Amino acid sequence: MPLRYTVDRAARYVLFAAAFLALLVLFLIALFTASEGWPAFTGIGLRHLLGTSMWRPQRELFGILPMILGSLWVTALAVVLALPVGLGCAVYLVEVAPKVVAGIVKPSIELLAGIPSVVYGLFGLLTLVPLVRRIPVARNSGFGILAAGIVLGVMILPTLISVSADALRAVPRSYKEGSLALGMTHWQTIWGVLVPSARSGIAAAVILGVGRAIGETMAMILVIGNSPIIPAPLNSNPLTLLLSQARTLTGNIAVEISYAYGMQEHALFATGVVLFVDILLITSGARVLLRGAAGSAG
Amino acid sequence: MEMTAPRAIAQESGSRYLRYQKAVQRVGFALLWGAAGITVGILALVIGYILVRGLSGLSWEFLTTPPAGGLSGEGGISTTILTTLYLVALTVAIAAPLGIGAAVYMTEYAGDNLVTKTVRFGVEMLGGVPSIVFGLFGYALFVSRLRFGYSLLSAALATAALILPVIIRTAEEGLRAVPRDLREASLALGTTKWQTITGVVLPGALPGILTGVILSVGRIVSETAVLYVTLGGSHLAPRSVMDGGRTLALHLFYLASETNAGPEKQMATGVVLIAMVLLINLSTNWLMSRWKRA
Repeated sequence: MPLRYTVDRAARYVLFAAAFLALLVLFLIALFTASEGWPAFTGIGLRHLLGTSMWRPQRELFGILPMILGSLWVTALAVVLALPVGLGCAVYLVEVAPKVVAGIVKPSIELLAGIPSVVYGLFGLLTLVPLVRRIPVARNSGFGILAAGIVLGVMILPTLISVSADALRAVPRSYKEGSLALGMTHWQTIWGVLVPSARSGIAAAVILGVGRAIGETMAMILVIGNSPIIPAPLNSNPLTLLLSQARTLTGNIAVEISYAYGMQEHALFATGVVLFVDILLITSGARVLLRGAAGSAG
Repeated sequence: MEMTAPRAIAQESGSRYLRYQKAVQRVGFALLWGAAGITVGILALVIGYILVRGLSGLSWEFLTTPPAGGLSGEGGISTTILTTLYLVALTVAIAAPLGIGAAVYMTEYAGDNLVTKTVRFGVEMLGGVPSIVFGLFGYALFVSRLRFGYSLLSAALATAALILPVIIRTAEEGLRAVPRDLREASLALGTTKWQTITGVVLPGALPGILTGVILSVGRIVSETAVLYVTLGGSHLAPRSVMDGGRTLALHLFYLASETNAGPEKQMATGVVLIAMVLLINLSTNWLMSRWKRA
């Protein structure tokens, strides 16, 4: 048998091995995280883990509720800040922008997406934190949800813009033409027809942005203060909640894993499992929405 | 021309309505311009701030001096650039053959069978998982259980897992874009499948595959979370894969969080990091445009 046939047969097995190994790696991560987190779920209990507010590893208290709430608050603030700008910018790009300006805005968004997260963190640390610190409220350190939410809002902006711009572009041309033919202004057409038609794609953009926000680690560590406490207003004004320090789920893992052992290590893996589940829910939600969007547009 | 009264009123109120809607539209469009302006403004602010504060600290000496250890934050960034290059090379050397091999198997041999579908599911699932989860995995498995310690090897293995989904997805897309006719023409000439793959399919898919690899390089250069828990953070240059170190991005994190480095040092490091990422972005765009034209 000529050599090339032997090579051909060998190549098949080698490539199969590569595919199998890749598969193994992909699932090993999920399995490993779950199996290392398991002792925390059985030993500490789901209720203690997810329902109690104290994270004091030295005293065997492993409540990750503060981190869950910390992640939720910064993510919520980031979305509230970024959504109007992001949606506006997407509509602008698809409907309004002159070609020359679009030629500036589009690469800017790509660049915004490419800046490493640690750079955003540093920028927040050097500019936002001192600015927030000036707000005259007792115990306000500058670090906390407000600074972190703003940084995070900037970081999810590119995701929001590009996914919702895609959704707006997918709206059939005839919708727009029909609306304009009925005598609606361009603006009425945008808010009355285009944006509502693209709503599931825009919802998917928000969900993907939330996914990115929940996963962000190092930038948050630099600006959020990292206290494992349930965020609460600093005084009687409920808005001072934004000045409260917090810690995110991701930050909890990064800050503590290097010196964690025993149950603390398992509890950190349990934190990883919570993140894993969040992201699974988020990506499958976005996928359903995007499929719905593609279906209704086609 | 005289108009009858009701028609005139209707026209009058109609044009008032129209004028009102035109005014609303002007305000609305101004807001849209504003949103775009804010987006570009933020970019200009971040980049501008870093350039203005960082360029003064940038010098040949800064690039070629190793950072001082400990908390001082003094010194340059030479070893961190070296470590970044080592890590990129090692990670790509692990992930690229594995990912491209898997993609070739999926598109050329398996078709849409169970293996392909499961790999795709895994790729989608892991694509959105936060990088710190990969760090957690890498720390527990490579650093502590397998006793590789804080090292280039541990970090490269964990980071390889992080970029594997990107490489598989882009390679698969690139391979699928190669027209079927080319494969059939090659096979009809009497070549084996493997000769067709290496002689026809892979060269055709190369720009797509390269785009994926370069995207991953950008991801490795920007990554901090995985490396924070696997690479150790020594300021020295690693002499073997079992040594730890710090990449440029990780060094920047240490400068920002744990040292007494002034903003000038931090920003100068930021400038180099951004320049690196920018270069990588530009080459991806260039490759993509070439690929689309071909």
